[in-house]
Amino acid sequence: MRPVFQHVFALTIKELLALLRDAASRAVLIGPPIIQLLVFGYAATFDLKHVPFIVYNQDQGRLSRDFIARFAGSPSFGLLRIVHNQNELEQAIDDKSAMMAMDIGPNFTSDLERGKTTHVQLILDGRDSNTAGLASGYAQSIVTTFNEAQIASHGGAPPSTVFLDRAWFNPNLDSRWFIVPGICGILTLLVSMLTTGLSVAREREMGTFDQLLVTPLRPTEILLGKALPGFIVGIAEGSFIVLVSIFWFHVPFTGSFVGLYIGFLCFLLATVGIGLMISSLAVTQQQGLLGVFLFMVPAIVLSGFATPIANMPLVVQYIALLDPLRYFLIILRGSFLEGAEASLFWPQYWPLAVIGVVSMIVAGRLFRQRMY
Amino acid sequence: MDAVVVRNLSKSFGNGALRRDALKNISLQIPARSMTALIGPDGAGKTTLLRLLAGILTPVADEVRVLGHPLPKEALALQSKIGYMPQRFGLYEDLTVEENLTLFADLHNIPSRMREGRFAELLTMTALGSFRKRQAGQLSGGMKQKLGLACTLIHPPQLLLLDEASVGVDPISRRELWSIIYQQVANQNVTVLLSTAYMDEAERCDHVIMLHEGEILAQGNPGQLATPLQGHAFVLENVLTTPRNLQAQIAQLPGVVDTVIQGDGLRIVMQQPVPLELPKNLTAYGIPKPVPARLEDAFVSLLFSRTVRHPILLPPQRDTTGDHAAVVVVKDLFRYFGTFAAVKDVSFSVRKGEIFGLLGANGAGKSTTFRMLCGLLPSSSGTLRVAGVDLRTASDAARAHIGYVSQKFSLYGALSVLQNLSFFAAAYGLDNQRKKDRMAWALEEMELKSYTAMNAGELPLGYKQRLALACALMHEPSILFLDEPTSGVDPLARREFWARVNALAEGGTTCLVTTHFMEEAEYCDHLVLMSLGEILAQGTPEEIKDKVRSKDHPRPSMEDAFISLIEEHEQTSRRAS
Repeated sequence: MRPVFQHVFALTIKELLALLRDAASRAVLIGPPIIQLLVFGYAATFDLKHVPFIVYNQDQGRLSRDFIARFAGSPSFGLLRIVHNQNELEQAIDDKSAMMAMDIGPNFTSDLERGKTTHVQLILDGRDSNTAGLASGYAQSIVTTFNEAQIASHGGAPPSTVFLDRAWFNPNLDSRWFIVPGICGILTLLVSMLTTGLSVAREREMGTFDQLLVTPLRPTEILLGKALPGFIVGIAEGSFIVLVSIFWFHVPFTGSFVGLYIGFLCFLLATVGIGLMISSLAVTQQQGLLGVFLFMVPAIVLSGFATPIANMPLVVQYIALLDPLRYFLIILRGSFLEGAEASLFWPQYWPLAVIGVVSMIVAGRLFRQRMY
Repeated sequence: MDAVVVRNLSKSFGNGALRRDALKNISLQIPARSMTALIGPDGAGKTTLLRLLAGILTPVADEVRVLGHPLPKEALALQSKIGYMPQRFGLYEDLTVEENLTLFADLHNIPSRMREGRFAELLTMTALGSFRKRQAGQLSGGMKQKLGLACTLIHPPQLLLLDEASVGVDPISRRELWSIIYQQVANQNVTVLLSTAYMDEAERCDHVIMLHEGEILAQGNPGQLATPLQGHAFVLENVLTTPRNLQAQIAQLPGVVDTVIQGDGLRIVMQQPVPLELPKNLTAYGIPKPVPARLEDAFVSLLFSRTVRHPILLPPQRDTTGDHAAVVVVKDLFRYFGTFAAVKDVSFSVRKGEIFGLLGANGAGKSTTFRMLCGLLPSSSGTLRVAGVDLRTASDAARAHIGYVSQKFSLYGALSVLQNLSFFAAAYGLDNQRKKDRMAWALEEMELKSYTAMNAGELPLGYKQRLALACALMHEPSILFLDEPTSGVDPLARREFWARVNALAEGGTTCLVTTHFMEEAEYCDHLVLMSLGEILAQGTPEEIKDKVRSKDHPRPSMEDAFISLIEEHEQTSRRAS
């Protein structure tokens, strides 16, 4: 009987020791993930808060003041100042001191009191299209409630169809709930790829790879010995981030841990496989690092972490099918927000497993080819 | 005037329990326009001293004055006047030879009108003119060192500090390096301070400073240093048959400080100026003749009294009847990289228990041949047999027969000594009891006990070499490959290493060695001399030297033989092409 288990165990221990005893690589494994978690968790948000706006109010009536107060009182907007002419308004948008400007005509109150429709011009800074769009939507909903209040107090024909919207899974549409589980995926990807993607190259540079190859160890054993540390570090770091998400960022975890951890294993199979592929191609650590980032950046963009995959051009959507992160994000968000069980994730598990197995086989091949 | 004045200089690294004194209260003076050599075992403080004098480290001293500049105050002003070549000179490997020179010229603000002349001069001096457009990374080890020296000299310095400039460089390139250094002293009035592991290099200097554990053991001119040992040195001539075995026996005799194999004889240094009395069983070898002492004798005997040396015992006599069987066979071996033939038609065979040496200049194809033998590189054509199999195609278990120590002592730098040993024991599939035994053996025999918890990357070079050897021997291989195992290692550690290899060979392990140290070739039973991928000569050390023996040169050294054979070959192959 060949002591395969002992061999792989010895290789894994060696790899983990090499990672954790070296201050520099220890710092890479611990520092950046925590910094990124904090940066993303606190700074990256789609929610608008205190959008600065100005008002050019030509109306002298009561209703315009009420109208402005509804905006000023909303947490989404903050009234910067009241301006007194068109020029001042343009100036404020130009120099970006205000994101939004409202121009209220002189007949606002009188029109409304007479039951006539009146117009308010809303000017947005289109240079920041994302914020402008969101601000416009928020403004629209304030106008709707204002109108409803008007109808309630003065009578008039109520609108015929009204939306009653309820956001499931995230009732307050808190974007942190959306982003933090995503970071969990990105950081697991980063850490597992860094652990595996550089490991063979590091040994090539040190000359220890030759030393390994002259031992009776088989290439498969060496490969497994390189893969396992990726799994261990990936799971450990991923679990840490899951805990931080739940207990620090208070993102509710409504699904099952079994479902999530099967996902972790499938996802790590894929990322470790790809990491080892990069590793067996790279001759130096620098090349390995470049390879890791060459893969990481598109993987994150195509994953649906920030922008929906459905909005991408069709060709890109097909390419995105190869992105392990997209599947894992579904598993993560499902487990955190949807209360999904393992049984619901089969459509995600199998593509991950396929990507993982294929990349492992390719890595094994490359590994043997590039060995000499 | 003195170029360097140092009074009561100390330097330590680390704090608290980790504090280590690299230099302890040393004082020295180096006259201008002289050549001074720093010698000493690994960790003696040579590099630290050079770095302090280059103004890179901050000294703790009553006075450090270099070229009239007090340090550390005027370090910046000093640095424009000196050339410092660290152990691993920072060439930019992706830049060509010329681009490297241009870069260093830019760094030193050499005006462009002066550059062309200076470049031409340096390229002629280093014989790198025809490699102007080649990337530095593609140069051989010797050429890299010469280019490093050229870059250091680009701004003519008044003081040249060289840290082991000739480590890993073959005898021919080494000679070229030295002729450049000599020219600097003779024509440019440069003061040179260099550290070296080669005693013959130190012997060529005006002044030698011997460092040990941060203290100056002795200083003076090489002749002066050897004086106290006059009368201690002897040679036992014509011991052709079994010089290694005899050496190992004599080394154990009381009163013997040092023994080295030298040509067909044995050089012996005694503790007292009395000739060695050979024990009865050895009287047949004759009577040792007195010879003049040399610097190396002084070095070894000064350290002899200061270090505890653990005797390396020979294994008990074994049955050697089966030893004529060839365990390594190489026949018609070729290896091409693209169109470049790195190894051309190489054939040799190695018998069991032999020490087999592969000699050659940098880039001669020694390491390539080794890598093919170990199964790390496929051959282009030819036959390779190690213990009866080709390791490229044989089963994984066949690799358990060999041990391999690579050029750079490849170890896991972030793992401790114990963890390295334990890993390699597992990699060779040792079971628990055997693993325990072998680890105990390694710590005991290689004297690594006091370093068990230290990271392999932080070990002194001599200990790295021991650990690498221990790792390669964990599974008691029958064939051991040693690729430049003594490169950069000090003379004492080298002696110890060879005593170990000798004991291994006596115990029946076949050892294949590549080396740049020609005196080490004398330890081999059989030698192959390679140049430009081909075998120039093979045979016993004596047979190789016979090839260049002549009336004017009745007793050539191995280095003489090496240089003249290789130069002859390179000329004919150049004429042919």
